Amino acid sequence: MYERLTLIREFEERLKWLVETGVPVGAVHYYTGQEACAVGVCAALQPSDWIASTHRGHGHCIAKGVEVHRMMAELYGKTTGSNRAKGGSMHITDVRVGMLGVNPIVGMGVTHAVGAALSAKVRKTSQVAAAFFGEGGASIGAVHEAMNLAAIWKLPVIFVCENNGYAQATPVEYAVSVPRIADRAAAYSMPGVTVDGQDTVAVWEAAAIAVERARRGEGPSLIECMTYRYYGHHQGDDTTRYRTREEEQAARDRDCIRRFREQMLDQQLLTAAELDAIESANNKKIDAAVAFAESSPLPQPCDLFTDVYVPARPGEPE
Amino acid sequence: MTATAVRELSFGQAINEAIRQEMRRDANIIVMGEDVAGAAGRAHLGFVDAWGGPLRATRGLITEFGPERILDTPIAEMGFLGAGVGAAMSGLRPIVEIMFVDLIGCCYDQIMNQAAKMHYMMGGQVDLPLVIRTAYGTRGGDKRTYGGGAGAQHSQTLYAVLAHIPGLKVVVPSTAYNAKGLTVSAIRDNGPVIILEHKFLGLRAKGPVPEELYTVPIGRAEIVRRGRDVTLCGIGRMTHICSEVAESLAAEGINAEVVDVLTLSPLDEDTILESVSRTRRLVVVDEDTPVCSVARDIAARVAEKGFDNLDAPIKTVTAPDTPVPFSAVLEAHYTPGPAQVIAAVHELFGTGA
Repeated sequence: MYERLTLIREFEERLKWLVETGVPVGAVHYYTGQEACAVGVCAALQPSDWIASTHRGHGHCIAKGVEVHRMMAELYGKTTGSNRAKGGSMHITDVRVGMLGVNPIVGMGVTHAVGAALSAKVRKTSQVAAAFFGEGGASIGAVHEAMNLAAIWKLPVIFVCENNGYAQATPVEYAVSVPRIADRAAAYSMPGVTVDGQDTVAVWEAAAIAVERARRGEGPSLIECMTYRYYGHHQGDDTTRYRTREEEQAARDRDCIRRFREQMLDQQLLTAAELDAIESANNKKIDAAVAFAESSPLPQPCDLFTDVYVPARPGEPE
Repeated sequence: MTATAVRELSFGQAINEAIRQEMRRDANIIVMGEDVAGAAGRAHLGFVDAWGGPLRATRGLITEFGPERILDTPIAEMGFLGAGVGAAMSGLRPIVEIMFVDLIGCCYDQIMNQAAKMHYMMGGQVDLPLVIRTAYGTRGGDKRTYGGGAGAQHSQTLYAVLAHIPGLKVVVPSTAYNAKGLTVSAIRDNGPVIILEHKFLGLRAKGPVPEELYTVPIGRAEIVRRGRDVTLCGIGRMTHICSEVAESLAAEGINAEVVDVLTLSPLDEDTILESVSRTRRLVVVDEDTPVCSVARDIAARVAEKGFDNLDAPIKTVTAPDTPVPFSAVLEAHYTPGPAQVIAAVHELFGTGA
């Protein structure tokens, strides 16, 4: 888990530096601060399980196992990218590792995770799907429709609401009618819990319970992770226009990576040297990812016309 | 109109001024949308007006009109646009912002089945003075542009699917001047009007805008450059490409007329047909994809009603029939630019490469 937590952090910090030095990577939404949510949930999943993500999806991708060099190449608009330069930050997808897509149409990923859970149930594969969404996405009608479907069909899906307090610049207490988004689980007869989304172990424990319930065929659960995004909504957003420095500092004081590190050291599960070695290996991995992205080829104009229609696959009936 | 100082305003500022001045005039006008102000409910902490929409067109309105008339919404397009429809049926004149036109998928029923049809199917019982503002377009490979590199679901030019719907007026301003005038006209219109504002123009275009209130009529195209050899018909940002091309064609002795379509529905056929009757050649330039597009609708109408005036086949220059790609290289190739328009004109004259 520490490997994934720090890999996400390193990826995002490097990306921020690249953006600030003028590397054109398109529109990006940094995940920094929320790492415990993605890592805690994905640690409770199997490699064959599915996730569907939001616009702020780099962390989910890495936590589920998307290779960082293919992500970085995608952001650079190179043909070696996860989506062959067609998607960019807001569409990173890797179905080979069960990552059904970063999705910038708010709430839509939730419906797709429900579909993946339906697929698992119909095909009897025992896979589970996790649907990540924000507290902003919790207001989308389709999210509620999807939750109801999952409940009536007892689908193996877990709904993971990352409540980072802000939908762009709109605070959650303004936009949501209930004190806790987890309270809404009652409307769909499913368990709902609120956990500290900056505590990786707490997220993992809650996710493990929900995943087990889903795998047993008992239906969906809702987990609300209370978290915080350290930076703006996207790379150009000035957070000082809507939140206080004190609030930002308080969130950083509860940093999930520092916390996890302390937990590991206190319980003598890992030594400082081992933790440092993980960080340093990740640093090199990101160096390599940037080098890979930089040296990869740009697409050719003719690539514009590839993959527009889905072809027939060999062996399928005409 | 009395002569007052004409300042340079950005496209976004011009829309802001139109809304502000109209809101002062009519207390029934409200603004709704995601982060049209931002930091909602945080005034006690000293935060108001944190965002102001993607083009900053609503920035500052909340400080003048307060949160009762400038309403930040949750992310719930189907819900709040529906509330806009209901409010318009019952005495208000809502201006609803759908942040990007790509998001109309989330609220299309409110546009297609509800707003556009209410007046007709209720036998004229209700007016529907609703304005929907939304940002559209690619960065066209320009790395400096806000909203650039946003990929297939945040870069579209989805106006054909709106212009297709009877009962809905669809306008696409191209300058700060006509953005203000068309916004005022849209607010005063008693039916639903959608205004599509190009992201590139929204933050970059500047131009002279009179301080006083004025209107630019909906349903009227404008000839922005006179010429005799070919009509270049542009929509939104593409009008600027047409003007640029007209300049370079002049250097080679081709005198192009540029028509800014401005309203896609109802379309001002007369101005286009009249222009073509003089120039006898037509190139329509449209950033939307080609199938069932406004460009081909214009071409079809001219072919039907002005065929005898044509000396050459009609050309359309559009985005290709693909989703918008992410990579800047591909996006630049995707977005119609001067080179394609010049090539189309050269084909009409049988010249060039």
